[in-house]
Amino acid sequence: MLIELTDQPIDVAATIAAVEAEGAGAVNAFIGTVRNQSTGRPVVRLHYEAYDAMAVHQMRLVAEQAQEKWPMLQKIAVVHRKGTLEIGHVAVVVAVSTPHRAESFAACQFIIDTLKKVVPIWKKEEFEDGQVWVAAHP
Amino acid sequence: MKLKLSLFGITKEIVGSSELELTAPDTQSVAGLMEQLRTQYPKLRDLTSCAVAVNSEYAADDYQLHERDEIALIPPVSGG
Repeated sequence: MLIELTDQPIDVAATIAAVEAEGAGAVNAFIGTVRNQSTGRPVVRLHYEAYDAMAVHQMRLVAEQAQEKWPMLQKIAVVHRKGTLEIGHVAVVVAVSTPHRAESFAACQFIIDTLKKVVPIWKKEEFEDGQVWVAAHP
Repeated sequence: MKLKLSLFGITKEIVGSSELELTAPDTQSVAGLMEQLRTQYPKLRDLTSCAVAVNSEYAADDYQLHERDEIALIPPVSGG
């Protein structure tokens, strides 16, 4: 299990390679990237802040939950970046390997969806005319 | 008792610091702490939600805080 929070660019190929397994017939990866707009408003860049210790702990818990739900999971990698990211940069990579493809899609989606709900990482969108913490206000 | 809080994201901006020390009743609960904070920093009331983490776990409203707990405010997360 590879769980990492980094302020350096994520090595996507290395993250995917980390889940290679002889028992795997499928490797599934989700790569989250920085989009150039938010609800139609041009985004200049994003700033990610994390509660490091808890973020890594919660990322591990999510991966462990996936392992319980899909015992056939061979390997799991979850790497999240923090700091300032420009458009197109990779913010997060989730990679899993399983014997067959159906579970790889399901497990990968479960991990990224749950990560977005529970892992204490915050994203601030920078616009031409201001900055907004995503989801902070109704 | 004295409690020490870590603040992140929007809560860090509202409080104006990444750390906060405050005095609370000895039997203060998570819900009580949040009420204490919302009184002191009314802008916390405007947030979509605000959870409290104790020692890297999400804490229930009725959890009774201890002086040595590592406490953090968790405004709506937005990773990914």
